[in-house]
Amino acid sequence: MKIGIVCPYSWDVPGGVQFHIRDLAEHLIGLGHQVSVLAPADDETPLPPYVVSAGRAVPVPYNGSVARLNFGFLSAARVRRWLHDGTFDVIHIHEPTSPSLGLLTCWAAQGPIVATFHTSNPRSRAMIAAYPILQPALEKISARIAVSEYARRTLVEHLGGDAVVIPNGVDVGFFDKAEPKVEWQGGTIGFIGRIDEPRKGLPVLMRALPAILAARPETRLLVAGRGDEEEAVASLPEAMRERVEFLGMVSDEDKARLLRSVDVYVAPNTGGESFGIILVEAMSAGAPVLASDLDAFAQVLDLGAAGELFANEDAEALASAAIRLLGDPERRAELSDRGRAHVRRFDWSTVGADILAVYETVTDGAASVATDERTGLRARFGLARD
Amino acid sequence: MTGRSAGSEGDARRHPAPRGGRHHRQRRAPAPGPVPALRRAGGQGGLPSTVALRPVTETLIWIAVALVAIGLYLSWTAGRLDRLHTRIDAARAALDAQLLRRASVTQELATSGVLDPAASIVLYEAAHAARQSEEEHREVAESELSTALRAVFGETAQVEAVKEIPGGEEAASELAAAVRRVPMARRFHNDAVRAARALRRHRTVRWFRLAGHAPFPLAFEMDDEPPVALADRPVS
Repeated sequence: MKIGIVCPYSWDVPGGVQFHIRDLAEHLIGLGHQVSVLAPADDETPLPPYVVSAGRAVPVPYNGSVARLNFGFLSAARVRRWLHDGTFDVIHIHEPTSPSLGLLTCWAAQGPIVATFHTSNPRSRAMIAAYPILQPALEKISARIAVSEYARRTLVEHLGGDAVVIPNGVDVGFFDKAEPKVEWQGGTIGFIGRIDEPRKGLPVLMRALPAILAARPETRLLVAGRGDEEEAVASLPEAMRERVEFLGMVSDEDKARLLRSVDVYVAPNTGGESFGIILVEAMSAGAPVLASDLDAFAQVLDLGAAGELFANEDAEALASAAIRLLGDPERRAELSDRGRAHVRRFDWSTVGADILAVYETVTDGAASVATDERTGLRARFGLARD
Repeated sequence: MTGRSAGSEGDARRHPAPRGGRHHRQRRAPAPGPVPALRRAGGQGGLPSTVALRPVTETLIWIAVALVAIGLYLSWTAGRLDRLHTRIDAARAALDAQLLRRASVTQELATSGVLDPAASIVLYEAAHAARQSEEEHREVAESELSTALRAVFGETAQVEAVKEIPGGEEAASELAAAVRRVPMARRFHNDAVRAARALRRHRTVRWFRLAGHAPFPLAFEMDDEPPVALADRPVS
């Protein structure tokens, strides 16, 4: 099958959607399909052979943070050329409502179009205003995928229609087989995510840390992710700062090893999450998970059966749950086992098969993807000679 | 201008009117004077004619522009509707294919002698009814096939038993694929139907009858819950 995948966000900036697309493309190529990914990227970025650049993305404030998006006449022309050259059987658009490549492709293409909705934002003013513009584009999508039951609910409420739920995939084996690292073991708490992005929740964890250290002084916090380290520990008393270790940006291998090593993985995110792939990765590595009780997280953690939940933004609740877990190896082992069993449904073998089933369903009895040549007026009045 | 107003004064003098009337005329004369003068001068050509016609031409141009814009909008909306109907047709064909596939695999399993006689008969009956049903009874017949499948493959042990028999592994996975794709195809179909119905309810589409004679699209409603033992990802 010839599959075209559209990534709305810049390929050079790491992010959940980009990783999902990369893993999906590699999984499908592994199964013998022809895959081409259209993504915004800088000209000098080295790209994998299956990625086609749609030009540089422009940073614009969107949806509460600065997003790097692609729009304009030039991008639209590149989309059309990609569609024309690709002769795809199906195209898979990610995040079709973001004002970027996804929406452009929706406008320019016809034929079997699959779309995955990653975010689950509450209805924004911008969305209401853009609804009449979005609707004709979204009508072209033959199959919609939501990454979680929560994302599907938002989709149904805001845009109407329905979607099938297929979670994001994780290479479970990769995390399961990683070697633990000795210096990251022994009373350690792990955190992975942007340090300077408050929604990732590091400030909440920092507020909880004094109480945790008071109860268990040997505890160490390992933080992996970009951002200003000085500023992150500014709220801590001087003496406690040495208990926080910053690892900076880590490679995928080190991320897996970190998750294999820590005693508890904490996800204190305060919002803006629609899935929580990092929780799945932590569970794949067998790390006991302690996460804030966001809807999306509760769903991934099987409503608390595969990991513990604490009240969102409540540093005290986080501290007491962490202290309890750190002091209870049996409970940690139990969580680890349940997590490992639970994540099998997120493995690429299952998720990939589901996505392929969607592709096959929409391509059944449909022509392949082409650029959308608008029907001429003559043709519409039955005057065209063909 | 001066000559004409003098003439009108002359008229008044030639046909003497009652005093009050004359007085009235004299008083009114200067006021309407310039207006008819301008109109008559316009008839003779020159600059004033464009002054008079411009509003009319302008209005006509605007009407033409508006008509073209409305025409383009209607044509574009008709195109949208057309595309939605095509999408429904494709989705309906896909749903049809998945339903037929499910019924055939079920029938194959039922006649293969893998299952016990009672289960075989139940499945055969349901699959046969689903395949032969008339369009208006199809939703019910397909729902009954779902119920029958759930009754027979409700337990993992039954699925394991099928898998052990030579060729059973493939039959089981084919059935699993079919029962999981039916809900998928149905959801896509109903999503397309919803989008088309939303557009067809729009004023523009109703007033200008853009949908033509295409029948109002209907959702396909049925019970498509797959058997627990065959659903790869158990519902949590």
